[in-house]
Amino acid sequence: MPSAGFEELEHTADWALRVRGRDLAELLVNAAKGMLELAGVRTSATAGPERKLELTSLDRESLLVDWLHELLLALELRQVAFKNIQLEIKGDRGLTATFQEVPLTSIAKPIKAVTYHELVIEQGPRGLFTTVVFDV
Amino acid sequence: MSERHLVRKQDFKRLSPFLWELPTSYRPGMRVPVRLFADDRLLEDALDDKSLDQAVNASMLPGLVGHVTVMPDVHQGYGFPIGGVAATRLPHGVISPGAIGYDINCGVRLLASQVPFEEAEGLLADLASALYRNCPAGVGVKGSVKLSLNELERVCRDGSQWALVNGYAQETDLARTEEGGRIAGADPAAVSDRAKQRGQPQLGTLGAGNHFVEVDVVDQVFDPAAAKAMGLTAGALTVQIHCGSRGFGHQVCTDYVREFQPAAARYQIQLPDRELVCAPLDSPEGRRYLSAMACAANYAFANRQIMAHHVRRSFEEVLGGRVQNWDLRQVYDIAHNMGKIEEHVVGGERVRVCVHRKGATRAFGPGFAGLPDEYRPLGQPVLVPGSMGTASWVLLGTEGSMEQSFGSTCHGAGRVMSRKQAKKTVRGDQLRAELEGRGIQVRAGSMPGLAEEAPQAYKDVDAVVEVVAKAGIAKKVARLRPVAVIKG
Repeated sequence: MPSAGFEELEHTADWALRVRGRDLAELLVNAAKGMLELAGVRTSATAGPERKLELTSLDRESLLVDWLHELLLALELRQVAFKNIQLEIKGDRGLTATFQEVPLTSIAKPIKAVTYHELVIEQGPRGLFTTVVFDV
Repeated sequence: MSERHLVRKQDFKRLSPFLWELPTSYRPGMRVPVRLFADDRLLEDALDDKSLDQAVNASMLPGLVGHVTVMPDVHQGYGFPIGGVAATRLPHGVISPGAIGYDINCGVRLLASQVPFEEAEGLLADLASALYRNCPAGVGVKGSVKLSLNELERVCRDGSQWALVNGYAQETDLARTEEGGRIAGADPAAVSDRAKQRGQPQLGTLGAGNHFVEVDVVDQVFDPAAAKAMGLTAGALTVQIHCGSRGFGHQVCTDYVREFQPAAARYQIQLPDRELVCAPLDSPEGRRYLSAMACAANYAFANRQIMAHHVRRSFEEVLGGRVQNWDLRQVYDIAHNMGKIEEHVVGGERVRVCVHRKGATRAFGPGFAGLPDEYRPLGQPVLVPGSMGTASWVLLGTEGSMEQSFGSTCHGAGRVMSRKQAKKTVRGDQLRAELEGRGIQVRAGSMPGLAEEAPQAYKDVDAVVEVVAKAGIAKKVARLRPVAVIKG
């Protein structure tokens, strides 16, 4: 696994991303960074406003799906990406995220959805890891 | 990810030269067998990824009847394989949003002209540019149609009928569209505000990925009578439009995959994969999803109808006055990601089922009452686009498809190479140069996106069609060859 905390895996039709993190917060941040890289997101240098996002989900896998989906929606609807993401996990299924929005200049490839396909967050010797499959 | 072994060739029983079966004894929990239409080569291709393992998982859904059918263009998806068909019995069988897919009613429309290729050859570059200009394509592109919330809800309810009322369609287009371009039971109240927000600006857009507009030439005719009824003339130009329900449909599926997660537990449904999450068709959740899915399906019919309007406008702009007749008549419009309530004969008994088709096309045989008069004796037209730069096919549904595959057949070529590998192997600009060297005009917004859709990333569509024809689940009418490709 590269130091970025994510790597693209082979998938015939869609995109799969292996993600790791020392804890759930880092795993979710790395998943967001990996997703933006897969989509080929380019942003302007101008920093936008700071935003706060709160989410509560069914379980931690759902939290990962919901978190990434919120970011996809912001890309599509508000045409913004994100940097300086800070995440605080609440219990095992809630989060508060703060991040800076940056105006989107281009996306190479859109992601239709974040799927639950074989999605399990597992404990490894150096922290948590999982594989997320995106419909593209 | 699961560490289970993937399905092997020796796990199958060969039922006929083009049909293979995995019995329910293959893995505990299978409720019905899995049947794959393939020759030896396409079976080997299917064994290369997890697509058949995903079909085995799908065979565990409650309320299934018959068998899970897998088409020769199958490839690995998420949850349910692309190229899969599964029928669940009403009223208590389940509906699974993930087994229909995020791009609800992704499908293909074919328009036919009588313009001979030779007459238009010198105008193809201009035609490709006009199509690229007039058909909004690419990431985050907004459509030419600005919808209020009320108008969006009318699109949800009326589909292609909305497009007709608003000047984007001809009466004959609707008659030659699956379900007349309008699925009954659509209820916008079952659709989230977010889906509506995503849907409002995107109607009349192609999107990106594997979606395209393609100008083709009728290359070979196999069934002259059927081709004539469809308006397909050897050597004349046709246009295919491949797109779906855009962010609207993606959000509907996302919402219901999420909503169904606790519902599955509530109905004590055990799942091999959470992406296959489902609810009984007669449950409040199941009924709501059916209503929301119908909205997305109708949005997609209207979307392809508006794209057809833009294609006609482009033909008029470039060919008007330069060729004798630049009119484009609709051959058919068909979904390949959809759940449909239909009647089928299973084990000698006529039963009402919900047929999940994900990357599979409805292929009803002759006599089907839902077909226009000119097609009823022939069977339902089936549109099978190939990979970029390769042939596409027009087929007909058959009695064999009704008997063997819940009135379904293949939907395309099917991938064999991962997108990651395709990007490593192929450069988009080189691919465009190669296609243009073969006389195919290419207009594309993203070169990496073009590379991912390279022909070498897909199976041979001619081999796929050969299997469905020999297995009797479709009949060949005509083969099309591309001369211009427009991609997002």
